[in-house]
Amino acid sequence: MPIDLEQFHETFFEESFEGLDIMESGLLELEQGEVDLENINTIFRSAHSIKGGSGTFGFTAVADFTHDMETLLDEMRNGERQVTESIVETLLGCVDVLRNMLTAIKDGVEIDTDSVSQLTSALKAHLGQQIETTATNKGADTKESPTKGWVVSFKPEVDIMKTGNDTVRLLRELNSLAEEVQVSVNNDALPSLSEIVPENCYQSWEINLIGGDVSEDDIRDVFAWVDDECELNIVALADEAEYLGPERRDEERRESEPERRTAERRSKSSKPTESSSIRVNISKVDELINMVGELVITQSMLSQFGEDDDFTEMHVERLKDGLAQLESHTRELQESVMRIRMMPISFAFQRFPRLVHDLSSQFDKKIELVMTGETTELDKTVLEKIGDPLVHLVRNSLDHGIESPEKRIEVGKSETGVIELSAFHQGGNIVIQIKDDGAGLNKSKILEKARQNGLVTNDERLSDEQIYDLIFRPGFSTADVVSDVSGRGVGMDVVRRNIRELGGAVEVSSTPGEGSVFTIRLPLTLAILDGQLVGIGNETYILPVISIIESLQVKPENINAVAGNAEVYRLRDEYIPVVRLYQIFGIEPISTELESGLLVVVEAEGKKIAIYVDELLGQQQVVIKSLETNFKKIEGLSGATILGDGTVALIIDIAGLIELYQKDIAGVATPVKGGGIAA
Amino acid sequence: MANILAVDDSSSMRQMVTFTLKGAGHQVTEAADGQEALNKAKSQQFDLIITDVNMPVMDGITFIKNLRTEVNYKFTPMLMLTTESSSDKKAQGKAAGATGWIVKPFNPDQLLNTVNKVLG
Repeated sequence: MPIDLEQFHETFFEESFEGLDIMESGLLELEQGEVDLENINTIFRSAHSIKGGSGTFGFTAVADFTHDMETLLDEMRNGERQVTESIVETLLGCVDVLRNMLTAIKDGVEIDTDSVSQLTSALKAHLGQQIETTATNKGADTKESPTKGWVVSFKPEVDIMKTGNDTVRLLRELNSLAEEVQVSVNNDALPSLSEIVPENCYQSWEINLIGGDVSEDDIRDVFAWVDDECELNIVALADEAEYLGPERRDEERRESEPERRTAERRSKSSKPTESSSIRVNISKVDELINMVGELVITQSMLSQFGEDDDFTEMHVERLKDGLAQLESHTRELQESVMRIRMMPISFAFQRFPRLVHDLSSQFDKKIELVMTGETTELDKTVLEKIGDPLVHLVRNSLDHGIESPEKRIEVGKSETGVIELSAFHQGGNIVIQIKDDGAGLNKSKILEKARQNGLVTNDERLSDEQIYDLIFRPGFSTADVVSDVSGRGVGMDVVRRNIRELGGAVEVSSTPGEGSVFTIRLPLTLAILDGQLVGIGNETYILPVISIIESLQVKPENINAVAGNAEVYRLRDEYIPVVRLYQIFGIEPISTELESGLLVVVEAEGKKIAIYVDELLGQQQVVIKSLETNFKKIEGLSGATILGDGTVALIIDIAGLIELYQKDIAGVATPVKGGGIAA
Repeated sequence: MANILAVDDSSSMRQMVTFTLKGAGHQVTEAADGQEALNKAKSQQFDLIITDVNMPVMDGITFIKNLRTEVNYKFTPMLMLTTESSSDKKAQGKAAGATGWIVKPFNPDQLLNTVNKVLG
């Protein structure tokens, strides 16, 4: 039964990527001049594991590439080789190449052989080797002498058993090689009974192997583990050559070939972006089991009521208790399950030391990276998707935010700029901040650019916040020179979109001369939301409680109609656009008179709107079901949920709704069809 | 059917070894480093030890050396999993008391063949 090695690939990739991260941070430490043997050992081990695993699982290209890295690292840890900056640089490059190779294999795409051969040559150069043509071919040097058989004399040392080797096993193995085997044992060394140490081996053997096409190597292989613990003589029997030829070997080779190919074939079906498995701390699982235990107890308590025939008032009290317990246990269970998906944000942060290192040398800037709150936990999906936006923001701070060392000295700052990456909890959110002590955003430059691009009209007056917010608009980039790092045109708008897709928001604040702070707010989880249920006509919609500022009864005198069919509501000193949800979703409301319904003022990314609804229904936690997986993506909606009575309610995406409304006002968008699907 | 202790810091290798041996009907216990393996080997008797060499905390050779001094493990076969083609790791392992080695990379069949050979 052949074993399908593919089932172990996922684990292999996972641990290899972890290993690469370890190597990378270890190498970065080395580069800072801390040559610490344990560190080099750790780096070596990671390379070694990747080599071993890739060889075993059939990724020969990776194994070959890692081989030279390992050799170099081995010399370093043995003290045979000095740790130099250029070696570390090469090894860091190797880590990148390996990461790319493994990603390519995982995703089933071609490996970029150019970078592989480039780094291979760099490694060989360090090792002082020429590109070797082939590895030493083991076994090719011993020529197969045709022979009828062999005489093997085997005299083990007395201690041979003490390494767990068993002479019987060796003899049995020899026996399986040849067609005919004759064994004679020599007991001459056997002491008298009183002197025998039962753990010692006193015998020696002479074995005749006849027929069966046995080579000397076959015999040596049998004794490979003990060749330093015995005297071994192998002599060919008088040769009446009956050479059988190497068919057997060829057959073996043919068998193993397709196997190797299967291993090399990568599963094309596997999705490239996210890993589907998750490592969970055992304590989290125990907690879960605990909670389920509690639930079972409550359930058995409640089920007793079904068995009692006469149901008294006392029962009602206990039933209420039971239900209350059930509720709290369910909630705790829910929280425990959520925690399983939670992972520390350090997984997303760990790539930044390297990134900052590489970029600061590229830009000739001096940067210190400070990271705090790495243990803050975040939903795994959010964590995987927040990486790229974070990279973009850090790159942006490094490229545009922090000034050159000369410039910094000129304005009286320390030569070294500081980028602070921090994560913490705030309310029901996770907040990630990227803070730099650079020059801050240039308001006039942003405004000028925005006017050029027609994002703002010339006479429009904007607050500082509104100006800063312009950098998140599509097609906005102030970089005069499009550099490799930022200013590719796809920029902050993509960052904002990605974060919004995670149900989060990003803002920027800035002080000229002192730096900027980008603040990302993310929901703790993507699966559950505190929802405000609102009724419009016969439909129930859900608004995220977190976006709601207030709900109010409409005073007619505060309603103002502005250009076209737009309305605004004056709330204290603010004018807030009124969004009639029934218009956007094309459904029949109970009333179209604003006075007879309610306005729910909501905010997303600094913009407010007042949503007109018929009634407020109540608040509850709702489980978010994706519309995309079950139906299709609909603008203005972030998902759907199933309510207690079994009906389906749609969840409003406030930021999306605001955009939809703005397009609507501008006359670009057509009303969303299908927005009012009933359960 | 034997009771086998499989030691490797790489979980994919451990999975592969365990899966292969269990498939052949053996009972397998895993450990991720030499120290963990040593603790486990002292708390129950294994018929065969298969261990990686390069591991954090305690490497395979030190582990073998330590375990070999235990009276219960005087003759227990202990195999090293090694990518080292150089003979010095093998020699070090042998000196520490290893029975033999399986050279990485190996496939499940090679592993089973060797294990069967050792267990007889």
